[in-house]
Amino acid sequence: MTDIKLHGFWYSPFTLRVKWTLKLKGIPYENIEEDRYNKSAQLLQYNPVYKRTPVLVHDGKPLCESMIIVEYIDEIWPQNPLLPTHSYHKALARFWVKYADDTFSAVASLVRSSNGEEQEKAIEKIWEHLKVVEDQCFGDGKNVFGGDTINIVDIAFGPLITLLVVLEDALGVKILDDEKFPHLHSWYNNFKDVPIIKENLPDQDKMVAFIKVFREKLIASS
Amino acid sequence: MASCKEETTLLGVVGSPFLHRVQIALKLKGIEYKYLEDDLNNKSDLLLKYNPVQKMIPVLVHNEKPISESLVIVEYIDDTWKQNPILPSHPYQRALARFWAKFIDDKCVIAAAKFVLMVDEKEKEKASEELSEALKFLENELKDKYFAGEDIGFVDIAAVFLPMLQDVAEFQLITSEKFPKLFKWSKDFYNHPVVKEIMPSKDQLFVYFKARAQSLATQKKN
Repeated sequence: MTDIKLHGFWYSPFTLRVKWTLKLKGIPYENIEEDRYNKSAQLLQYNPVYKRTPVLVHDGKPLCESMIIVEYIDEIWPQNPLLPTHSYHKALARFWVKYADDTFSAVASLVRSSNGEEQEKAIEKIWEHLKVVEDQCFGDGKNVFGGDTINIVDIAFGPLITLLVVLEDALGVKILDDEKFPHLHSWYNNFKDVPIIKENLPDQDKMVAFIKVFREKLIASS
Repeated sequence: MASCKEETTLLGVVGSPFLHRVQIALKLKGIEYKYLEDDLNNKSDLLLKYNPVQKMIPVLVHNEKPISESLVIVEYIDDTWKQNPILPSHPYQRALARFWAKFIDDKCVIAAAKFVLMVDEKEKEKASEELSEALKFLENELKDKYFAGEDIGFVDIAAVFLPMLQDVAEFQLITSEKFPKLFKWSKDFYNHPVVKEIMPSKDQLFVYFKARAQSLATQKKN
């Protein structure tokens, strides 16, 4: 019997990437909710480099960094595959997975923004990234995001967009403008309704409340 | 499957550690390719066409299909040509290799570049501390002659910029007192026949890094 534990935060988009992957493949696991202000000794032992979640522990062996964990799961459990088989399409997928991580940095700036100017600057940066995705990933013959089935790029970007929707609510701003980003908007609308995703989306109101408190704490400590 | 020179093209700028990562991988596999030198101050139409997202080298074009992001390219090379594997075969070891390569990109490359390229003493000091912290983890991770064992692999290739910067920096990044294993690794890696063959001269490296430093200084002014 294989033993899988996921150390994570219920609100973290990075934990969500791994959670969705496990659920999609029907892999049973034990969820271990960590407290970011009081991390378990085990977490610090499993991830001494970054001291953060998510950490997947498979038969006692820890792995860190969400998308590395996702690829690992995809390699060991091939049902509902996330990565394409063709090496070129794999490379394209990995490129966009990296781009999703780069985009997260811009989102982090927005989360940390303590005044109007910082907020505007952060949103501009996010828009720049979203525009690239909008222009490059959709259109004739481009199959970067999943069509009928979820793929690794969906997993990489999904929680990012989910977080943006929460931030829109929490900050009272519009980020994922459907006029600016029609394809992305349409993709996300479909994606969040896929049963596995829908059943495993953190509660919007809970997330908004959490983000507000999180931001207050961050801004107060800086 | 042998590849003809016409089928594989590599766009780069001599001296770029990211380019040299890819060249090491191609050389390890015995792949012939056409090399095209670009100019970062006057980017070619070809580069802008093949990498519209970041407009950066290296770009590998294989059978007219472009791939960007040095580590994505190295994985593509490993997926496409099976001889002399670069990544481990076991999924867990593979995930670990990816983790350390990502760590190098996220924590070491930028700090090292700042340390070497920046002029401001305070910024240099800060970068030096960041890099030192990161190198401690790498030092600890090195258990054999190379990160991959008896011969070079993915993580060694990712870390190529370290011995390169050692060569051009005014003073050593890695001292034998502070990082004895990395110090030895750096020499062994630089003397590896494949690495030796593709690495440009010290003068060429100097020209490249000087141009990067100037470009950074100009960016800061704007």
